[in-house]
Amino acid sequence: MDALQQLFIGFGMNCLLFVLTLVMALPLGLIITFGTMTKLKPLKWVMKTFVWIIRGTPLMLQLFIVLYAPGILWHHPVSNRMGAALVAFVINYAAYFSEIFRGGIESIPKGQYEAGQVLGLTKTQVFFKIVLFQVIKRITPPMGNEVITLVKDTALARVISVAEILQNAYRYASKGIIWPLFASGLYFLAFTGVLSILLSFVEKKLDYYKG
Amino acid sequence: MAILEVRDMCKSFGKTEVLKGVGFTMERGEVISILGSSGSGKTTLLRCINFLERADKGQVIVDGKVIFDGSDTAKKSPSEIRKAQLNFGMVFQQFNLFPQYNVLENVVLAPKLLAKERPDFKKHKKEILAEIETNARDVIDKVGLTEKLMNYPCELSGGQQQRVSIARALALNPKILFFDEPTSALDPELTGEILRVIRALADKKITMVIVTHEIGFARNVSDRIIFMDKGVVAEEGSPEEVIDNPKNERTREFLKLIEQK
Repeated sequence: MDALQQLFIGFGMNCLLFVLTLVMALPLGLIITFGTMTKLKPLKWVMKTFVWIIRGTPLMLQLFIVLYAPGILWHHPVSNRMGAALVAFVINYAAYFSEIFRGGIESIPKGQYEAGQVLGLTKTQVFFKIVLFQVIKRITPPMGNEVITLVKDTALARVISVAEILQNAYRYASKGIIWPLFASGLYFLAFTGVLSILLSFVEKKLDYYKG
Repeated sequence: MAILEVRDMCKSFGKTEVLKGVGFTMERGEVISILGSSGSGKTTLLRCINFLERADKGQVIVDGKVIFDGSDTAKKSPSEIRKAQLNFGMVFQQFNLFPQYNVLENVVLAPKLLAKERPDFKKHKKEILAEIETNARDVIDKVGLTEKLMNYPCELSGGQQQRVSIARALALNPKILFFDEPTSALDPELTGEILRVIRALADKKITMVIVTHEIGFARNVSDRIIFMDKGVVAEEGSPEEVIDNPKNERTREFLKLIEQK
């Protein structure tokens, strides 16, 4: 029973990491998208390089760097491991989200912008009143994919010793008790299962129109 | 005074000169059709007048006021352009309705957003919004779609969608309504309903510029025809002059080709 409780507490960490990452990476991702789509060439170049580096290196490596780099470079060691994990996750996922947003925004036909423009809408109004909703509908399936991957990726926080579920399960496994590892798998399955149902519900809701 | 005067519009895309000095004037209540083969610059002319493209040279004058001057190097602020743009309404070949909004929402969206900028909006919010909705229902009724008020664009035929987009443009009460090949994306059996709506607007003395390939319709509805060829106005005059007795060689060729179709 003690093990189950430990797993439950550990999974709380995963859930916390998941929710906080999602809440922060979504708006940050949108900001990065605007950066990669801007007409200002230098900014665009910086943002594209940033996305390339973040998407082109392992998340595990990024976790190590966020945890250790401040201590090595500025003699300012990071003591909050959960905080370090959160920073790495937010940056990593914001980069992925930004590419999904970009794909969605670029898929909206030019005519939608032009129709808004000739109706006297400002650029901001065109984006928020016309384009954004259509983008959300189009990116829900790929976003769902990413979100489910995020649930499982939270287990990676273990590599910088965040007391998440696998960390706790592994402590038992190293003593020869295997079942908590399988039990933690069930936790993930249950969580992603609920998310899948939620996502398909959202997709259905958005399906009231075609196009 | 002319309601619209377009002077010497020039526009190049890279090395391709699409407009080589196009100009025309029109009076209030007049209907002008612009004919010409593809690539003659009709659509580009409309897009330049409507600020969807920036002309390299030329002027657009509405009611004696210069709203666009290509030689003006000072960049106009977006709000100035928006204000100038609202003189015009535009109906696109591809309708460009907003798919997530129903017919009524498509029509009221812009008027509601514009009303928010009125200084008295907060004070008379209810009355203003009610007025916008009444007006929207009115223009939707004009295009004969009262029964489809709550339907989404994807539930409508192409002809109905185009009628909604006409209503959407009318709702802002533009001084001049522009049509960019309004029937070209429609099946032949659906063009009739659009042409009837435009005909009815012409009867109500709405000032319109129509780019079209429907020669018969242009002859029937227009006060004046402009025939464009290779970026210039090749011929201009009443429908009888331009369509029935064309003087320009290119006009004759074009009309012959259309007849053969």
